[in-house]
Amino acid sequence: MIATFGLAALWLAAALAALQLVAGFLALRLPTNPLAPVVRPVAMVQAGLVAIAFACLIALFWRTDLSVALVAANSHVAKPLLYKVAGAWGNHEGSMLLWVTIMGLSGGLVAAIERRLPEPTMLATLAAQAFVSLGFYAFLLISSNPFARLNPAPAEGNGLNPLLQDPGLAFHPPTLYVGYVGLSVAFSFAVGALLTRQVTPLFARAMRPWVLGSWIFLTLGITAGSYWAYYELGWGGWWFWDPVENASLMPWLAATALLHSVAVLAARDALRAWTVMLGVVAFAMSMVGTFLVRSGVLTSVHAFAVDPQRGSFILALLAINIGAALTIFALRAGTVSEGQRFAFVSRESALVFNNVMLTGTLGIVLLGTLYPLLAEALNAQVSVGPPYFNPATAVFVLPMLVVMGVGPLLRWRNDGLVRLRPVLILPAVVLLGVAIWLAARGVPVLSVLGIAMGTALLMIALVPIKGRRLRTVTLPLWGMVIAHFGIGVALLGAASDSAFSTEKLVAARVGQTVAVGPWLVRLDRVEPVAGPNWTALEASLSASYGGARPSKLRPQARSFWTPPQQTTESAILTRWNGQLYTVLGDEADDGRWQLRLWWKPFVTLIWLGGVLIALGGALALLGRAASEVRRREAAGKIAYRRQRQGRN
Amino acid sequence: MPAADRTARWALWLPLVLFGLFAALVLLGLLRPADRAVKSAMIGRPLPNFALAAASPDRAGLARTDLADGKVHLLNIFASWCVPCAVEAPQLAALRARGVDVVGVAIRDKPADLKQFFARNGNPFSRIGADNVSAIQFALGSSGVPESFVIDGRGVIRYQHIGDIRADQVDMIAAKVAEAGQ
Repeated sequence: MIATFGLAALWLAAALAALQLVAGFLALRLPTNPLAPVVRPVAMVQAGLVAIAFACLIALFWRTDLSVALVAANSHVAKPLLYKVAGAWGNHEGSMLLWVTIMGLSGGLVAAIERRLPEPTMLATLAAQAFVSLGFYAFLLISSNPFARLNPAPAEGNGLNPLLQDPGLAFHPPTLYVGYVGLSVAFSFAVGALLTRQVTPLFARAMRPWVLGSWIFLTLGITAGSYWAYYELGWGGWWFWDPVENASLMPWLAATALLHSVAVLAARDALRAWTVMLGVVAFAMSMVGTFLVRSGVLTSVHAFAVDPQRGSFILALLAINIGAALTIFALRAGTVSEGQRFAFVSRESALVFNNVMLTGTLGIVLLGTLYPLLAEALNAQVSVGPPYFNPATAVFVLPMLVVMGVGPLLRWRNDGLVRLRPVLILPAVVLLGVAIWLAARGVPVLSVLGIAMGTALLMIALVPIKGRRLRTVTLPLWGMVIAHFGIGVALLGAASDSAFSTEKLVAARVGQTVAVGPWLVRLDRVEPVAGPNWTALEASLSASYGGARPSKLRPQARSFWTPPQQTTESAILTRWNGQLYTVLGDEADDGRWQLRLWWKPFVTLIWLGGVLIALGGALALLGRAASEVRRREAAGKIAYRRQRQGRN
Repeated sequence: MPAADRTARWALWLPLVLFGLFAALVLLGLLRPADRAVKSAMIGRPLPNFALAAASPDRAGLARTDLADGKVHLLNIFASWCVPCAVEAPQLAALRARGVDVVGVAIRDKPADLKQFFARNGNPFSRIGADNVSAIQFALGSSGVPESFVIDGRGVIRYQHIGDIRADQVDMIAAKVAEAGQ
């Protein structure tokens, strides 16, 4: 019953998307078209319907309705409730439904609140949004129906991949999806602005909250995904340059570039064509990411259920959406004039440099990710890993970080570096000092650069608010300062982890004590424990830092029975200056236990930095939203007064 | 950088062209997913001539002459930075325990990283050559890491295994080794 209802809502939503597309484009050709006024309401109703469809799917998973094929394939009666619900999007069909749901909701929100742009541009934007949505509706309804039934219904269901049964992962994909799909709104705005030749600062301001919002979610999603991989996979690493990780990094890089070029367009009316281009590229990267993850053209440690047929469908959607947008771009961008000029040393230039470097990094990551495929097509055979990615991205990232420090201190249009000398001297001296000190200790060169630049960044990031009364600092400025500071923090964490981590692999007897870094770790006992759908061997460790009172850690080797799979549950002890990371391995023949222990100084800064970056974005978004609300209130008051005066 | 330069209208089509190339590439990858299982053209042919320096201080390097010594060898292409290689380690250890001589070629690796890798995963190799530019990897027709080759006593490649050897494939590999020894 619920399944039938959900399917009906989905079909209706798809039909409304078609109406939205047709009405939007007809109204674009003929502004007096009677269909024009229906576009916005249709977008809002479509949002409601698709939300109902998604709610139905959640209800089915909640009740473990095994007559639905998707529930039977991915859930199990004996699964904790949180994972039952999370199971709704922990699979291909459900995640695609989540995708169109977020897309529908954001389209509805745009229709409901955005009134700054000329109406034709808005109609074109909503039509473009409907065009993209329609493709995904077709995908769902034709080849990935989440509500397909199973007759007869099985007795218990297959269960969810145990690696995914983790609170972090229950929320990691939706977070990334909000980011991916938010970029579809930026894409639609870009297409709408191109179609109606309205690439203006006003357009940049309308698009900015969506870019900023997606970027915040992408930042959080990547940070959470990285932490999940770190503690769940039990390999002690936090970034593997895996195709699936790269798939989330590429839209982030494009969105970061877009965020900065939108700022230039909004403030200075420059970089018009480039901003539109980035709007297209950012969403293209979201779809490329989805394609790479779902199609299985690249092998990845993320063992998703892949299916070449689904891959073809997503590729077709990608080709249609992005191909069409780039064609419009090629035809129209020539008629978009270049906008305001600026001098070589100016804030615009710094932002352009940042854009070029981010795009370069994006190119490097894309090339590295696709390289195995490219080589295969040319019958050469290669593989790439960190030896390629780390130095190649560093070539772009390190200069970008230097400019990131200096750029915010520059004035718009025209400036000179001489003026900045007093504030730049101290960070430059610190950078050099730290670098020389570390290099003299034989730390690897990339780590030296990372730590030195991270330290200097922490200082220089705060310069824009130095000497100002903090209450007078606007929220967007706070946002920028905190986000840039966060980059420095994350960089310090990453470089410190790679330079100073120590690790031990030992076969320890019960009662034995092992030293790793400043820690003494004692293996107290190993005993079996059981959970709702798993059993495990659990080690009890007492870890003492530099002779202090010991703390307990309990790493597990877990066995799930539906589906049968083994996972290692690492146990982590966090101190202010780093983490002790412990993993229980196999039992050796002579009764000893394999233990893997890492001491990772300041590794937590990586994720703290990620959270700070997202927080900076959130503050900027809040500041922009607040000033928009104030502007509208003021405009409302003025209109009211005019009305009263007119009456007198 | 703003692309609106009137003298270069054609440049505006560049993004579309690049995107077209990308789409063609992935379409190709999609249409021939079986390629991942395509065997090296080197199967049945003798090893190319090579001599690699030692990758790790406690093991000798690897040359073609070491492999044409009348015994069957399992040549494993791996790297310390490769995650599936770590997953594969127990299977290589199991093969070694069954008396298979496992030799390694480390791709673009550093001695310090290898040392850590072995400390963590064990070292099943009797010899390890350092292939710092992937030259031997290409010469063998290998498409990535990890990959394994069964080399018979005359130095001829008899079997190629792409990707990590999973626990349920150990018997199959051992059988291939036995077959090559006959």
